Amino acid sequence: MSTQASSTIEKPVEFVSGITVRLVGDSGDGMQLLGQQLTNTSALLGNDVATFPDFPAEIRAPRGTRAGVSGFQVQFASHEVHTPGDTLDALVAMNPAALVTNLADLVKGGLLIVNDDSFEDKDLKLAKLNTSPLEDPSMEKYRLIKVPMTRLTKEAVSEFGLSTKEADRCKNFFAMGLVYWLYGRNMDATLRFIHGKFSAGKSAIAAANEKALRAGWAYGETIEALGQSYNVEPAKLSPGTYRNIMGNQALAWGLLAAAQRSGKELFYASYPITPASDILHELARYKNFGVCTFQAEDEIAAVCSAIGASYGGQMGVTTSSGPGIALKAEAMGLALMLELPLLVIDVQRGGPSTGLPTKTEQADLLQVMFGRNGEAPLPVFAARSPGDCFDIVQDAWMIATQLMIPVVVLSDGYIANGAEPWKIPDMTKLAPFTIRHPQESNNPDGPFKPYLRNELLARPWAIPGTPGLMHRVGGIEKEDGTGNISYDPENHQKMVHIRAQKVANAAKLLPPQDVEGPQSGDLLVLSWGGTYGACLTAVQRAQAAGKSVAHAHLRYLNPFPSNLGEILGRYKKVLIPELNMGQLQMLIRSRYLVDAIGYNKIKGKPFTVSELYDKILEHTK
Amino acid sequence: MNTALKVLKADDFASDQDIRWCPGCGDYSILAQMKKVLPEIGIPPEQTVFISGIGCSSRFPYYVNTYGVHSIHGRAPAVATGLKLARPDLSVWVITGDGDSLSIGGNHFIHLLRRNVDLNIVLFNNRIYGLTKGQYSPTSVEGQITKSTPMGVVDHPLNPISIAIGAEATFIARSVDSNIKHLATVLKRAAEHRGTSFVEVYQNCNVFNDGAFSYAQDKATRDDTTIELEHGKPMIFGKEKDKGIRLNGFSLEVVNLAEGKVKEDDLLFHDEQADPALVYLLSRMRHPQFPEPIGVFRNVVHETFEQAVRGQIDQAVEQRGKGDLQKLFASGDTWTVKV
Repeated sequence: MSTQASSTIEKPVEFVSGITVRLVGDSGDGMQLLGQQLTNTSALLGNDVATFPDFPAEIRAPRGTRAGVSGFQVQFASHEVHTPGDTLDALVAMNPAALVTNLADLVKGGLLIVNDDSFEDKDLKLAKLNTSPLEDPSMEKYRLIKVPMTRLTKEAVSEFGLSTKEADRCKNFFAMGLVYWLYGRNMDATLRFIHGKFSAGKSAIAAANEKALRAGWAYGETIEALGQSYNVEPAKLSPGTYRNIMGNQALAWGLLAAAQRSGKELFYASYPITPASDILHELARYKNFGVCTFQAEDEIAAVCSAIGASYGGQMGVTTSSGPGIALKAEAMGLALMLELPLLVIDVQRGGPSTGLPTKTEQADLLQVMFGRNGEAPLPVFAARSPGDCFDIVQDAWMIATQLMIPVVVLSDGYIANGAEPWKIPDMTKLAPFTIRHPQESNNPDGPFKPYLRNELLARPWAIPGTPGLMHRVGGIEKEDGTGNISYDPENHQKMVHIRAQKVANAAKLLPPQDVEGPQSGDLLVLSWGGTYGACLTAVQRAQAAGKSVAHAHLRYLNPFPSNLGEILGRYKKVLIPELNMGQLQMLIRSRYLVDAIGYNKIKGKPFTVSELYDKILEHTK
Repeated sequence: MNTALKVLKADDFASDQDIRWCPGCGDYSILAQMKKVLPEIGIPPEQTVFISGIGCSSRFPYYVNTYGVHSIHGRAPAVATGLKLARPDLSVWVITGDGDSLSIGGNHFIHLLRRNVDLNIVLFNNRIYGLTKGQYSPTSVEGQITKSTPMGVVDHPLNPISIAIGAEATFIARSVDSNIKHLATVLKRAAEHRGTSFVEVYQNCNVFNDGAFSYAQDKATRDDTTIELEHGKPMIFGKEKDKGIRLNGFSLEVVNLAEGKVKEDDLLFHDEQADPALVYLLSRMRHPQFPEPIGVFRNVVHETFEQAVRGQIDQAVEQRGKGDLQKLFASGDTWTVKV
């Protein structure tokens, strides 16, 4: 179908290098859907994209209130982007509460599109406003476009005989149509989405949504207040076939890839928790890949069942967020003692306790490093972007199986719900990793020795069903080699050292740390996890401004890459920006005795590039 | 082709580990009966896995020469569920105690039963915490004096069989550590059942709660204090077989057969497939008002959890074909950047 609406007057189109838009409304208004469609469409047009969905923990907070505001920010550009953008070129606000809670990020002269129909007295009251913000003199700073979206949508869809409520629900598509016109976005993908989503028995709704979308587009073409539209050329990404991908989706697909590469069935156990649940939803759809998903009765059962599956010789994986990881701690210690491969994935959110379930934070690093009884070190890896989730879980499973050890992977709410273009990998080029399950006993003179180790200190992964290799494993300290219960002091010390050395051995299997920028200089920005894009962009900006600054981003936090200490020594200062109170900073200081400087933000929000840039300038004077 | 299978003996299931239970512990008897029954089931040691939690009973896996996991407190059902889902071919036993499965592991216990995972769970009930040296457990009786209850237990105890029927377990049984013939029969029937088989064993802790079940163990009294459940047979008990159990309205009552007023046909006939409400009534029969039932309370057939889960996987493969990652990655909207 054609998306070329019959145009009456051709308005001029201005090409710009990048646009940042935020769409805000009630949590029931469909802003997330709108944002995802705009993102996908922009990616299909070849733009680089980065997104930041921001929504309340409540599913339907009271309508029209500030607590219920849900937003979706996207930056699309003709150049590489690593962040959703600091400030907004355009803000689309569906009600007064959404407007006043987001206006501060709109640039001076920025485009402000509001649903004029929802600025009645009752709406203002819900937003705790005495007067309409649209009448405020400060509005002169912006290009305000007042659109009676509710009325126009109702008129547009009147022919479909929908209820008032159903007709009202179409207004996000009207807003979408207007935004699509404004930025020259092709409507095809969204039309496919509409007709795919509302096909079965809901064709009237699909038709109405299409009509609303087209009405929004036509409105943009016609009204005089919008004198021109904008467009963004495709970005110059490296050759290949791309798709848009979100972090949790990439993580789920990475698990599928790891299972295939290792010749294992994926056993995935989880308990619902924000923001990790989408991984469960995603994997539950792929049973035809042989995936066994298990929604356990609680977090502890989830990790324990994954341990059971690993003991049985399959790929045991569990995911959660901070509170759930706290519950899994004892079982993670068990898996470490059993010396079984296991993935424990923590999609971090604001803490402590229930904290900020839908907001992002990096404050679980020390929990996963140390949050277990006894000397219980584990490898800890962290994804740096949505697409990187795909790679990092495969690295983690490789290490888990090569060393017979549970591996923790950190993601966060920002990565999990964020999206970016993802170059589709060629699975035939991803080498399989070899896993051996012994068939013969390693001890001709007696019972099989489950804790007899190889050169990496990994024990054999003998699995039930193998004749002659029957053995018992457990959480009690065991004698090296035989695995028999042992309370011998010398043996305990030996085993504690072995378990620590196993973690250290992971560094032998992982690549060394790389550095973006000068190999020595005034400042090294050292980051980890979801702050990658903002740190990289800020460092590049500072480099362009002539500053002597480099960027190292850690994907492996335990063990640290073998060359990290040497890298740290090559810069006068080390700055560690983190969305926590300085957790990596503490690890770096204690490990390398480097006087690393922390830059810490704990607001449930990612870093902006400009605040990092300012901080870099402060330290490169 | 005629392949001679090795005839398994109890010794084939004995591990090389020294047993570290207290002398006189009821666990020895359960271990002995298990080792006797395992060869009779005919599943080789390498296909058998024992999984336990924490507590005296949970040391059990070390003493059988099969595969085994001594896990953490209360979580054996969860470990076993994962193992069984991943490896439906294995024969899995969960060994647990009253504290392990009804206190810290209560949640996993009920979910194991309601899901009907095909495994056997044997609960050694001694009404005390033994390994931590004598605190009261969720099955300790009201008023029981223990180290942590010097003035007596005030909690109302949990009844494991009532919990099991509440969770609609498909196989529920009870036996007594010292009643070795009965115990062996019950263990064997548990092994034969497809689905979760729950067996409560009255087990004497001779150190911290000696004699808790002496009424049921003592050969002199046990015929009057316990009643053997037999499918399709009237519920009769007593050394002289002169007493029975009758359903009166919605209650059970003990009736005397010797007086001739009550006939055998008037008694409750035990039915392993009876309505759960009736099983619940049986679970409430407590000494000394009633003889306590031993044997199989319930034995019904339902689809097992792993059958259902695996069935969906098979169905998905059948309907959509074996998953192809490359196709999955390319599904939906993609675009190509040319060189």
